[in-house]
Amino acid sequence: MDGPSAPRNGQEIVRLENAHKIYQMGTEQVNALAGVTVSFERGSFWAIMGPSGSGKSTMMNILGCLDRLTSGSYYLDNQDVSRLDDDALSELRLTYLGFVFQSFNLIPQLTVQRNIELPLYYLGWDAARSARRAKELAEEVGLGDRLHHRPTELSGGQMQRVAIARALTNDPQIIFADEPTGNLDSATGEQIMELLDKLNQLGKTIIMVTHEPDIAAHARNRLHMIDGVIDRIETGTYETGKDRQKHSAGH
Amino acid sequence: MRQAKIARNIALGIENLLLHKLRSFLTMLGVVFGVGSVVAMLSVGEGASAEAMDQIRRLGSNNIIISSVKSAEEEQAQASVQRSRISVYGLTYQDFTRVAASFNHVKQAAPVKLTRKDSRLRERSMELRVVGTTPQWFDLVPREIVAGRVLMQADEDERAPVAVLTEFGARKILATEAVIGQTIRITGNEFKVVGVVKSESGQAGNIQIPDQEADVYIPLGVARTYFGDISIRQKSGSMEAEQVQLHQIIVQVEDSRYVEAVAAGIERMLEQFHNKKDYAISVPLALLRQAKATKRTFNIVLGSIAGISLLVGGIGIMNIMLASVTERTREIGIRRAIGAKRRQIIYQFLIETVVLSTTGGLIGLGVGVLIPFLITYFSGMATVITLNGVLLPLLISMAIGILFGLYPAMNAAKVDPIIALRHE
Repeated sequence: MDGPSAPRNGQEIVRLENAHKIYQMGTEQVNALAGVTVSFERGSFWAIMGPSGSGKSTMMNILGCLDRLTSGSYYLDNQDVSRLDDDALSELRLTYLGFVFQSFNLIPQLTVQRNIELPLYYLGWDAARSARRAKELAEEVGLGDRLHHRPTELSGGQMQRVAIARALTNDPQIIFADEPTGNLDSATGEQIMELLDKLNQLGKTIIMVTHEPDIAAHARNRLHMIDGVIDRIETGTYETGKDRQKHSAGH
Repeated sequence: MRQAKIARNIALGIENLLLHKLRSFLTMLGVVFGVGSVVAMLSVGEGASAEAMDQIRRLGSNNIIISSVKSAEEEQAQASVQRSRISVYGLTYQDFTRVAASFNHVKQAAPVKLTRKDSRLRERSMELRVVGTTPQWFDLVPREIVAGRVLMQADEDERAPVAVLTEFGARKILATEAVIGQTIRITGNEFKVVGVVKSESGQAGNIQIPDQEADVYIPLGVARTYFGDISIRQKSGSMEAEQVQLHQIIVQVEDSRYVEAVAAGIERMLEQFHNKKDYAISVPLALLRQAKATKRTFNIVLGSIAGISLLVGGIGIMNIMLASVTERTREIGIRRAIGAKRRQIIYQFLIETVVLSTTGGLIGLGVGVLIPFLITYFSGMATVITLNGVLLPLLISMAIGILFGLYPAMNAAKVDPIIALRHE
């Protein structure tokens, strides 16, 4: 299967080929992905958009190595990962990927430092080195003085910064952001997006799921999905009139 | 490196458990009580059996003790007649000679004749148990010599009126005076004190240890000549007279292998010469064996109780850990998304359970050591804490952590990160 469709582009970091994901819901089959072929370049910033049920979350889970395809192929950095087992996928997530979620997904009983250190624990770093790295990253996202706080003592924006710091801990190639501003007010959301923009400028590939055109506008490429297939792909910056209105109304 | 990692994992586990101090404590309580009761019960049981075995061993594991007993018919006959009458029973001098001479493996034997007599030293007086015996007695029932010497064959041959006292008896009757060389009067007969031995008393199984605190030992021949074989006791208006030649024969066998065979032989021989069963044969070795069997039974019963209580403790831990896994589904999802492998999630929960159960085991050990100490302190009962009695429950509590932690940990590893991350 991978013979004729070997990777063609050195700049390519992610490629799906005829990707299918079928869920069994009771007696009904749901085609969450119904034959998606797409390729993302290294260092790009993509927004995956679409109404709920369009398959954008499934797409995210597949690309983030949290789930496996029913059929088709997924190349991550020129490696076919569609047939890897659970341990190998875990290893990929650990060394290669970073995640930012809508609901932050920090572990509430752990301090900010411990949350940021979490991937390093599984990478086998010793405690002192982990602590140094955590401090460095917390300072980078502007939370150097919050290391020993618990997530419940932080604001939403601060929690998302901690989550971004955690996603950066393992120096990932790709950062996945699932509705990163969904639980934040627009001003805070804007700050978080600025942080992601900065990371993208530093060379990180960012793949973001969102349904807000305003937020999607930060991405250079926008992939619109509907019913498990790609509807259209937009490239370049854009701002609709409607968005601009909303923007000024917010201020 | 590997050790440092394990230490870190344990430290993180402890950190996590400390977040819910009360819950963790309540969870381990079952194991605390389980281990505590096991350690305490084992030490009490061990103490009791050690005491019993020590007493039996003091009787001499190569010895056979034959005692005179009043047979049941004799007892009845005496009761029905209701007037003075001499009952004749028990071991005879001839029995002794036969027993000592007839068996290959008998090393030596000592006859014992017992009478209670008033003894006095000037104005001080008390009733002593007079033991008429031969020098062999002191070989068969070894006692430490406090002063002077024990009986000798020459005393027996010359019918010398000499006496050996026990330390306790000596103190009672002679008080502070120098003991050796004093003369005591036992119902009118003068005896010269030649030695004092350590006193010992008590029961072993149901055999009376063959000496008592207030014994006086004199040569058998002298006892026979001075006091005869008939003893008379005043008993509620009537007199009760008994004629007993020997009260005990203690036989020492060369090797413990032959003890039971010789005992059986003696039994058969005595059966021939006695038409009533007016003797009893006890074998300390058999008692020892019986005590060991009893101890084994005891240990099995204790073990089962302990096993059940530890099982209950383990189930308690498992229950809480299962609840904890459900409660922490989201955390597990986050860890998995970040890149934790299933195996690492299993480790995390397993370490927490083992830390819980082992901590419970350690606290239980503390409680279990304290209880026997208090028992000994307040009731004077002997308790023994053995290394096994400490290590075993501790190892078991650790094993419980693994055994009962495995299922919740596997459940945790089965959590699907995609679903877990959506979990509220």
